[in-house]
Amino acid sequence: MKTRDEIAQALAASGYIADAELATAVSLMQRLRRPLLLEGEAGVGKTEVAKALAGVHATELIRLQCYEGLDQSSALYEWNYQRQLLAIQAHHGSDADAIEDRIFSEKYLLERPLLAAIRRDKPPVLLIDEIDRADDEFEAFLLELLSDFQVSIPELGTIKATTIPHVVLTSNGTRELSDALRRRCLYHYVDFPDVDREARIIVARIDGASASLSLQIAQMVQSIRKEELRKVPGVAETLDWAAALVGLDVRDLHDDPEVVQDTLMCLLKTQEDKARLTREVSARLLGKVA
Amino acid sequence: MSCCGTSAGYDEIDEVSRLVSRKLAAFLRTLRDNGFAVGLAEGQDAAALMASGYARKPGLLRSAFKHLFSARKSDWEKFDGLFDAFWLGKRVRSRSLTTGSAKAANNPSLKSLQDTGSTQGGSESATDQIPSVDDAPQGRSGEGRMEGASRADNLAEVDFRNIAGPGQLEQAHAAAARLAKAMRTRLTRRDLARRRGYRLDLRRTIHRNISHGGVPIALVKRQRKDKPLRLVVLLDASGSMSLYTGVFLRFIHGVLDEFREAEAFLFHTRLAYVSDAMKEKDAGRALDRLSLLAQGAGGGTKIGESLKTFNRWHAARVIHSRTCVMIVSDGYETGDAALLGREMAQLARRCRRIVWLNPMMAWEGYAPEAQGIKAALPHVDLYARANTLASLAALEPYLARL
Repeated sequence: MKTRDEIAQALAASGYIADAELATAVSLMQRLRRPLLLEGEAGVGKTEVAKALAGVHATELIRLQCYEGLDQSSALYEWNYQRQLLAIQAHHGSDADAIEDRIFSEKYLLERPLLAAIRRDKPPVLLIDEIDRADDEFEAFLLELLSDFQVSIPELGTIKATTIPHVVLTSNGTRELSDALRRRCLYHYVDFPDVDREARIIVARIDGASASLSLQIAQMVQSIRKEELRKVPGVAETLDWAAALVGLDVRDLHDDPEVVQDTLMCLLKTQEDKARLTREVSARLLGKVA
Repeated sequence: MSCCGTSAGYDEIDEVSRLVSRKLAAFLRTLRDNGFAVGLAEGQDAAALMASGYARKPGLLRSAFKHLFSARKSDWEKFDGLFDAFWLGKRVRSRSLTTGSAKAANNPSLKSLQDTGSTQGGSESATDQIPSVDDAPQGRSGEGRMEGASRADNLAEVDFRNIAGPGQLEQAHAAAARLAKAMRTRLTRRDLARRRGYRLDLRRTIHRNISHGGVPIALVKRQRKDKPLRLVVLLDASGSMSLYTGVFLRFIHGVLDEFREAEAFLFHTRLAYVSDAMKEKDAGRALDRLSLLAQGAGGGTKIGESLKTFNRWHAARVIHSRTCVMIVSDGYETGDAALLGREMAQLARRCRRIVWLNPMMAWEGYAPEAQGIKAALPHVDLYARANTLASLAALEPYLARL
């Protein structure tokens, strides 16, 4: 069991600059064996947390992307019908019971992410992404799985978890989640990072980004977020922009306001926002950047 | 699996830890009072955490408890204050369920609106300056006389503000609830009749035809999942609307109960999300819970501000491609009317239809002169009166077409 600081360092080593709160959350996950529910606006790096967590535990990341209409057969398991049919025809004429035993065996079982996650030797990180996009029914099913960690397959019997995975759920808030699921989980609200942390993220992620440029970029993005925009740029957009600037050999934002304006397309993703951030506005924002 | 901290026998627990666990229990109670959903399992985990060294630093314990006990963003935001107040003795308001600053005594609860009905409820709550609720009944003495006649024939045609007496009020409320229910059933039926599969589902077809030896006889088609119409109601609960709030709340309660997808918000100077409170089966209890949520801070109606909050924090969640937003308000904006216009434009881009129901519209000589309503109207798809049950019922065909 690692302490909070060790976890923060380990997260940083796998490319995620965490704040103290998140490190606490990760240490609690280990201790209490509860799933972690991450909420926050789009682009604050919720999914990245799970990836970094896999790095910390040096284990596999199994990802289940939720969408409307997601059902058990694509989330949990499914029989390989084509192979079963082939097997039936190949063994035509032999004993019916024997065929049945044969085709309802592990060999014909297709593992989907949830089943895969509980049958590994080493506990993997299970990322259930955008759980709010799935239906209520699926959420209820998931709740059951997360508390018992066993799956019953009618033809095969109950499969118990060999390991308990580290479960991370993310939600964008398109639908209100059930109280039961919320209570079951540890909750962490991921906010946009502050200037300092964002600068450190840029340094960690973008090769060739100097500390001073990163700080400038972070300050600039911070003030852009304060403007009234339709789509507030997330951390991913910041990184895109930083990569673009580094690629264009910009060493200081003040050197070339022209380039800054032209590359703002990395941050602003709607026509309206682009129109709002005119040259004058960006010059004003740039003026505030140290 | 995680109760190692509490499994120790009672005799082994010394006096100190008994005090701590009692304090912890009190903390859990405080959290529950403040609207946190904290169960037994969380309490056990908390005790385990305290036993295993998390209690050594207050910052660490706060952070740990915050993750454990919070379940949503609002919890997350108010937790630090509660924790500091309880464990560190800092002075923070003890009950933060109502973020409004007004005292309960000065503000009539919505329950009292419902109970006392349309006549008295408003006069105590005259926090709004426009239009003074005291003048309102006097100014319309002519209509007061009409009341008797219409009361006799049909409740459906009676303006809500003219419905008096607990019996009649109850009748009107029940009718509003029934109406909501009827609307739901009909809307859903229209939905089903249209549905048809259009794409072949190969995987399921093979599975279905195993019994035919794999020869695809019965085809399985995939169909797009139809989104049911979602209704989002924003109800103005300010003083100027107080004559109507009671009935509309009852209507919303009915709608939330019956529509599979409906969300409700109240606003006056702030916006309050009330779907959860309204999902209480018993209408009286639901209104009780509301009164805690919806106490306003000061007077006035800030429609623009409230819409801004809505657009920023709730719209992405509650609005999808088949959503009708229904705003029930008289449009008296005490804030910035230009802001209201901007936010309405934002909202109009997001949702399929905006219906603005204005109970004042039926008043004689009423014209949408108020700054607020003028700014909002260009973005409204349907601007309708809603002062009688009949006018509410008239909305249904419109909603069915969406």
